[in-house]
Amino acid sequence: MADAAVPTLHAFANPARFLKIARPLTPLLLWGGVLLLAVGCWAGLTQTPPDYLQGDSVRILYIHVPAAWLGMGGWSGIAISSIAFLVWRHPLGHVAARAIALPGAVFAAVCLATGSIWGRPTWGTWWQWDGRLTSMLLLFFVYCGYMALARADADRGGDGRIPALYGIAGTVLLPIIRYSVIWWNTLHQGPSIGLTKSTIAGSILWPLGFTMAGFTLLFAAIVLMRMRTALARTKAEARLRRMARA
Amino acid sequence: MNAWPFIVAAYALTLAATGALMLFTYLAMKRAEK
Repeated sequence: MADAAVPTLHAFANPARFLKIARPLTPLLLWGGVLLLAVGCWAGLTQTPPDYLQGDSVRILYIHVPAAWLGMGGWSGIAISSIAFLVWRHPLGHVAARAIALPGAVFAAVCLATGSIWGRPTWGTWWQWDGRLTSMLLLFFVYCGYMALARADADRGGDGRIPALYGIAGTVLLPIIRYSVIWWNTLHQGPSIGLTKSTIAGSILWPLGFTMAGFTLLFAAIVLMRMRTALARTKAEARLRRMARA
Repeated sequence: MNAWPFIVAAYALTLAATGALMLFTYLAMKRAEK
C-alpha cells in the first residue's frame, strides 16, 4: 500500500507536472468556493430558525466551525507535507507546508475572533481561559512560530528540515484541542457535530455543509496560488543566478 | 441582548479576512508568474 502511494506522490514531484494540474484547478476551486460560501451564508443568515437557547447568535456557527476546521486541518496539512518532505524528500512538500501556514494562521485567528464575538451574547464574556480557547490560541502562536522559523531557515539557506520537524512536532496540539472539551470541564460546549451524528437539529445544521465546503475550496485555492507563487519565484531566482554566471 | 450586531461583526470580519487573503495571494501570484 505504502509502495503504491510513493510513486503516486512522486508523480507530482515535477513542478511542471504539478503546475499543469494546479493552473486549471485554481479558478475552479476559487469560484466553486465563492458560490458555496455565498449560498451557505445566505441560508445561514436568512433561512434557518433561531436556536431555542442561543437565539440568533447560533448563526455565527456557520463561519466559526469552518474556521476552526481549517485552522486545525491546515496544521494537519503542514504535518503531512513535512513528512512527505522528510521521508520521501518530496520537493513540493516543503513548498506546500509553507504555503499552508499563512491561511492556516488566518483561519485560526478568525476562529478565535468569531468565537469571542459569539461568546459575548451567549456566555456574557469575550474570553475565558478554558481548555478549548487556550489550546486554539496556542495553535495560532505555533503557526506564527512556524512562519518565523521557515522564513529564518530560508534566509540562512537552510534545507528546510528544521521547519519540517517543527511542523510534525506541532501536531501534538491537535488532539489536545479536539479532546479539550472532554478532558477538562470547560465553558465551551462538548462535541456537537460528529461524522455520523449531530446534536444540532437538521433544520439549523444544513447550511454548515455549504460553508464548510466553500471555505475548504477557498483554502485549497489559496494554498495552490501560494505554491504557484513560490515556484515562480524559485524559477525567477534560478534564471537570475544563471544570468549572473553567464 | 440583541445578537444581530455580533452576527454582522463576525460575518464582516470573516469575509473581510478571507477576501483580503484571497486578493493579496492572487495579486502576489500574478506578479510572480508575470
